[in-house]
Amino acid sequence: GLFVWHLKNTGVRRIPCHHVPMFCAGGDRLITFQYFNFLKRMYVTQYNKDLSQRAKPKSDSIASPFSELQQLDQEKRVLHKIRPISPVQQPLSETLSQSESRERESAVEAEDLVTPVKAECRDDRQWKEMKLQLEDLPGILARLSKIKLTALVVSTASAGFAMAPVPFDLTCFLLASLGTGLASCAANSINQFFEVPFDSNMNRTKNRPLVRGQISPLLAVCFAASCGVPGIALLTLGVNPLTGALGAFNIFLYTCCYTPMKRMSIANTWVGAVVGAIPPVMGWTAATGSLDAGALLLGGILYSWQFPHFNALSWGLREDYSRGGYCMMSVTHPALCRRVALRHCLALIGLSTVAPVLDITTWTFPIISLPINLYISYLGFRFYRDADRSSSRKLFFCSLWHLPMLLLVMFSCKKSFLEKEDKGDLLSGSHGRAMEMRLP
Amino acid sequence: PPAHSCNDWIGPPDKHSNLRPVIFYVPPEESPLERRLREARQEAQECNQHFWARQNHAFRQEKEEFIYSRLKAKGLEMRDKTGQKATLNAEEMADFYKDFLSKNFRKHMQYNRDWYKRNFTITFLMGQVALVRALKWLRWKKKNIGN
Repeated sequence: GLFVWHLKNTGVRRIPCHHVPMFCAGGDRLITFQYFNFLKRMYVTQYNKDLSQRAKPKSDSIASPFSELQQLDQEKRVLHKIRPISPVQQPLSETLSQSESRERESAVEAEDLVTPVKAECRDDRQWKEMKLQLEDLPGILARLSKIKLTALVVSTASAGFAMAPVPFDLTCFLLASLGTGLASCAANSINQFFEVPFDSNMNRTKNRPLVRGQISPLLAVCFAASCGVPGIALLTLGVNPLTGALGAFNIFLYTCCYTPMKRMSIANTWVGAVVGAIPPVMGWTAATGSLDAGALLLGGILYSWQFPHFNALSWGLREDYSRGGYCMMSVTHPALCRRVALRHCLALIGLSTVAPVLDITTWTFPIISLPINLYISYLGFRFYRDADRSSSRKLFFCSLWHLPMLLLVMFSCKKSFLEKEDKGDLLSGSHGRAMEMRLP
Repeated sequence: PPAHSCNDWIGPPDKHSNLRPVIFYVPPEESPLERRLREARQEAQECNQHFWARQNHAFRQEKEEFIYSRLKAKGLEMRDKTGQKATLNAEEMADFYKDFLSKNFRKHMQYNRDWYKRNFTITFLMGQVALVRALKWLRWKKKNIGN
């Protein structure tokens, strides 16, 4: 019965994936958009089923649904399958014990998609040998490095690269993306290494590889080192030292500041927002070699975005945080939590307006992005005023599509650097050229 | 775990602490270093188990008490007419979560320090054991090639 209800919700919440922007801009932009929609679907499934999503900035926040791709896939499929037969199951499950009803299910359904989940549940209750299976290793390492979160981090870095006002250099772009990806893998692995007993106690994270003993802590650390060292070296030597330094600093900030701080003070959210803001800055510095105002603006946009995203998500996880000993605003300072989320939604509007002033985009950007910024601010205001689950969820899901869309619009309104060279021309003239430049 | 196995075995999550217990394999010729590692891991496991079982139990108990006292203040019973357990909504529970977190803050700080130390020690010992084993294997290989 529970499954059916949750499925209904899922149906309502799903956003059609057919809205593809017309720009031929980097395939990575489209991929990002797809990712977010996919994530959103996963979020919905997981959230409804589990009621304990987490998420945390730099990725972490977006990372939450990234937990166990495989399992979620199976769970998703099972949820879908259970729907048609649930009317029959309802009376049964009320009278029979759980195991019996499951057997009924398999008899009625005879769907082998149900069996993987059953097998997983049974598996989970069995004793397992702690021996590393080589064929499982790629999957285990993917989960250890929170590969989907890493992919998103790399996308924001490529957004930073793409927005930089320099001619596009493919080699540099690839090296920067690879380096950022490796650094992110390393940071995520160390984070999981530190948090084993805490992860075991939270529903969202209890299926991580280290928690399940699929990999030893030593191997996790070695993996982190073998990703982190080449990643930073690649950035420092293959791109430029500034990007390498930023990458190393970000790893340090995430593993040695944010992770321990999660259990010490609510200031962890601000640190985490900085962690999330650095990748686009890295992308920009990779392209231009210097830290200009544009890089800081992009970083600022990502920084502000983290707050509505995380604060809204953490609203529904207060019980798990409290029990696990995590110091989060939503638990200790709920009014502050909502205030900060709203404040940063409004800041996004401000930052979008600054973009053309800094010559990063044309003036069409603040105008086109105004509707989505106003919408997220409206949801932020509703969250601030109502302070309930539904408003927090609305804000959270909005933040999931808001960011890729904002970055897309930003990229499409990017001021071509050729245009900037002819700044002396008449306004109309340069606008005309701008139009030509922007056509795909 | 079967008697012939040469590896550690990990079990399902414990229902009190949510941690997965590990049964450690004791090899016949265990070196002192390996024994130190195994003992460190056992100790950490016991410590973690004890801490989390107590925390979770305290949480559940205090939550029940909180709900009971709040319901009483509102003049309601623990179970309503249909026999369903009455619950408080999220906003009312928020007070309890905040309270519980601040009450246990110092305990968590202590545990964190402890856990980080243990984690590093165990991983370092694992590294040492792995290194020693690798060197032994290399020496054995060299001997075999020599023969």
